[in-house]
Amino acid sequence: MDLVSLLIGAILINNFVLHYFLGICPFLGVSKKIDAAMSMGLAVTFVMTITAVVSWLVNHWILIAYRLDYLQIVAFILVIASLVQLVEMFIRKTSPPLYQAMGIYLPLITTNCAIMGLALLAALKNYDFVEAVVFGVGSGLGFTLAIVLMAAIREQLELADVPQPLRGAGIALVVAGIMALAFLGFSGVIK
Amino acid sequence: MPSKTAAEDFFKGLWLENPIFRQMLGMCPTLAVTNTVINGLAMGLATSFVLVFSSFLISLIKKFIPNQVRIASYIVVIASFVTIADRFLAAYFWDISKALGPFVPLIVVNCIILGRAEAFASKNTVGRSVIDALGMSAGFILALLVLSSIREILGSGRFLGYRILGTWFEPWIIMVLPAGAFITLGVMMAISIQVERKRKGR
Repeated sequence: MDLVSLLIGAILINNFVLHYFLGICPFLGVSKKIDAAMSMGLAVTFVMTITAVVSWLVNHWILIAYRLDYLQIVAFILVIASLVQLVEMFIRKTSPPLYQAMGIYLPLITTNCAIMGLALLAALKNYDFVEAVVFGVGSGLGFTLAIVLMAAIREQLELADVPQPLRGAGIALVVAGIMALAFLGFSGVIK
Repeated sequence: MPSKTAAEDFFKGLWLENPIFRQMLGMCPTLAVTNTVINGLAMGLATSFVLVFSSFLISLIKKFIPNQVRIASYIVVIASFVTIADRFLAAYFWDISKALGPFVPLIVVNCIILGRAEAFASKNTVGRSVIDALGMSAGFILALLVLSSIREILGSGRFLGYRILGTWFEPWIIMVLPAGAFITLGVMMAISIQVERKRKGR
């Protein structure tokens, strides 16, 4: 598969939220305001890109090279946890405004299954290094697109008269379902 | 923590603090693997295994873990049990392991498990932690079973692979697609909130 269709596929068709169901917690939790959703999306994209690089290196140079692939789960989760910590410290030192913007969302990313899912999927699909990085960037952008769209819809929903029991998580899930249907329309773009 | 008896520790997981409907934890696997009942059940059992054993171990060693590194320690414990579950499924139930794909390893970031470790197992006795974990597991499996039954019956007219609706039934393809998962769970969530409102109101 060439890189362009891999990128577009990761953003629109195999969207992490709407196709793989990864990162649902932040998708529902941080999608009430557009700017918060934007910050979360960018933080995720950033960490995903770095994770794609580091997890590929760990997987190929350590785990596969020394036949330790049964340790994959433990290794990936440790890599992600320490990576998020490092990124947080680095951003706090170098760019306080960016740290302010991403602030509380960075630590939350450790338990975001989208990051772990990215590392696992890239390993599962046997991507080479460049493909893994493109997959990481595309998946992050796809997540950002989904969460920002969701936030825009939910801001409008504030004004709507939603039946009491559906308010909150219920209507958010139904909206996500309709979005997933809409994104299904993209599946013909590639191939 | 108001609950005192073992029965209360267990049953709160089924409804009052149901991980899916009440606490909204562990949504990703819930949505992803409930396209058929057998997948939902396998996922529920695998998650329960990890939840019960990591609650047990974390509660057992809670005194030896320094407070600053507790989350990291919990994650290592959880990841070890997830590895066991993953290898076991791959060795004995290859088809299921393949159908669940990355979602077995992803149990490691399932917020139910870390949530229970942090909120319950790290503060309570071994016995209560195991009972709490069993209750949460039962609640999780229950939610997965309901969701996957609805999706499999409406989506393919089958239950556990057996055709139960006649040939007159036109399967709702949408139910086995991601969109069906979101919408079904949203409606179920609304129903559970409505039931709870009725119960409280009377």
